Amino acid sequence: MGIAEFFQHLTNGLTLGGIYALIALGYTMVYGILKFINFAHGDVLMVGSYAGLFIYNALRGDASLGPWVLIAFFLAMLASMVISALLGVTIERVAYKPLRKATRLAPLLSAIGVSFILSNSAAWAFGTNSKKFHYPFDNTPFVFKGVVITPHQILILSVSLVMMVILKIFVDRTRMGKAMRATSLDQQTAMLMGINVDRVISLTFSIGSALAAVGGILIALDFKVYATMGTMTGLKAFVAAVFGGIGNITGAMVGGILLGILETFGVAIFGIPSGLKDTIAFGVLIIILLVKPAGLLGKDEKEKV
Amino acid sequence: MLNFFLLILIYSGIYALMALGQNVITGYGGMLSLTQAGFFAIGSYATAILSTRFGFSFWATLPPAALLSALCGLLIGLPTLRLKGDYLAIATLGFGEIVRNVLNNWDSLTRGPMGIQKIPMPTIFGFVINPYTKYSFLVMVVIFVAIAYVLFQRLARSRMGRALAAIREDEIAAEAMGINITKYKVYAFILGASVAGIAGSLQAVFTLSVTPGTYTFMVSVMVLCMVVLGGMGNFKASILGAFIIQLISYFPQLTGLTSVIPPQFKQILFGLILVVMMIWRPQGLLGREEIRYGNEEGEKA
Repeated sequence: MGIAEFFQHLTNGLTLGGIYALIALGYTMVYGILKFINFAHGDVLMVGSYAGLFIYNALRGDASLGPWVLIAFFLAMLASMVISALLGVTIERVAYKPLRKATRLAPLLSAIGVSFILSNSAAWAFGTNSKKFHYPFDNTPFVFKGVVITPHQILILSVSLVMMVILKIFVDRTRMGKAMRATSLDQQTAMLMGINVDRVISLTFSIGSALAAVGGILIALDFKVYATMGTMTGLKAFVAAVFGGIGNITGAMVGGILLGILETFGVAIFGIPSGLKDTIAFGVLIIILLVKPAGLLGKDEKEKV
Repeated sequence: MLNFFLLILIYSGIYALMALGQNVITGYGGMLSLTQAGFFAIGSYATAILSTRFGFSFWATLPPAALLSALCGLLIGLPTLRLKGDYLAIATLGFGEIVRNVLNNWDSLTRGPMGIQKIPMPTIFGFVINPYTKYSFLVMVVIFVAIAYVLFQRLARSRMGRALAAIREDEIAAEAMGINITKYKVYAFILGASVAGIAGSLQAVFTLSVTPGTYTFMVSVMVLCMVVLGGMGNFKASILGAFIIQLISYFPQLTGLTSVIPPQFKQILFGLILVVMMIWRPQGLLGREEIRYGNEEGEKA
């Protein structure tokens, strides 16, 4: 494999991984605080993508490509982030909050129920055909030192980078971020220190869902919008979160990007048929669980009684 | 109409087998598995391939179907069940998708999306159990469910059943009492998987053809719904749940309202059942079956 080819796969892997990372953040943040897998996360992503698509189409109208279309795209993305955040918070309030003191299994089952309601309602309301999300710019690829790069890939890389930096600063530097970290360490102590845990949880869900909406829209530009788009993407993003160390925000970013790279290289180098591409993520999950269950950046925690 | 009702009963039976398996895993063991559909598919394809290609009789395909499912269960269970947390849920969710992926892509063995047709009908002492006339088939399904029910009932009262209940209530305490947690969890998971494999074999000889499209995630969620609706940790309830859920899923056809009710109606309802049951009646319709040990007025620990 030549150097150009290597960088080609690396670019493709990075863009795919950037999206996984965005979505993985939602899983990992919720897991960090509530210790449960939010199965509905992938479906929030799907609703966010539909919202983004409709708003974008309405704003764009018949306009041809130009600055306005790009602005419309970002406005639609912002609006869909808000809508997804509200949806995420509502789901938490209705379906998870009453179960906080229930058995470990209850919120999981409830989450699966929510996921099923969302994806099937979407199929009912918007039909089962996938809808194309038109590029808001001319997506003609250009060649940079032998590596083919599309403007879409640049969009993905820059948007996911910006989002992750903002999130990292928010969690590490602000008061609310500190409250989030405290809640994830020990909910009861955090409560005793005067932290409004309910608000922190709502915030966590809204941030995670908003990021999922961004990931959904970015992925929809290439793969269209459909009612079950959240299932496989969500599953892989979760694997990315486990890969990096579930509950660890930096871990989710690293895990997402590594998983993206592994997938592209798996198909390119090891000749895994692309029909079985989805299996790679699953293989990674099994290997990680066998070798280092805490994930790359996770710490082994002994449960105390 | 009667024919249709028989069909619902047969499907209730086939799904009841899966629900019994799910109940061992989820209701007794407290583990969330989301892949009864995957094991169901493996069982179906084992029966379909062995009987069409290698001339096995239906009865001879049952042990391989169950064993193959159990083996796959072991493969997912070993890495995930050693760990705390809910990795099993995600691993099984992925497994179900991958089984379907493989069935769709491994053309030389499974014939891909076309599936396998002309599966021979099962016979017993020269009597053909014809799925089209349904009565004899229903009897066979009922016998299967009855055997599974009795076995599982016995199991729940055995050392393993008590170990599982202890693990579900408190893993750390169970471990401290000397229970090998991983061993019993993996046993329960394998057991649930192999029953689903048998259910798959029955499905294969009932429809006489198998296609990958039958074994979607929805099947797993339906089975989960049956267990949750009936009551976790109660085998009678799983059978009741299977019947109610099948009734719901054929409700549009039963009432002749297929044109009014959207096709997603039942899925949305299943989702609602899961959420609503968890919030208002987590023990299910019938509730958990409490097992009493010793005499009635035996001292409480």
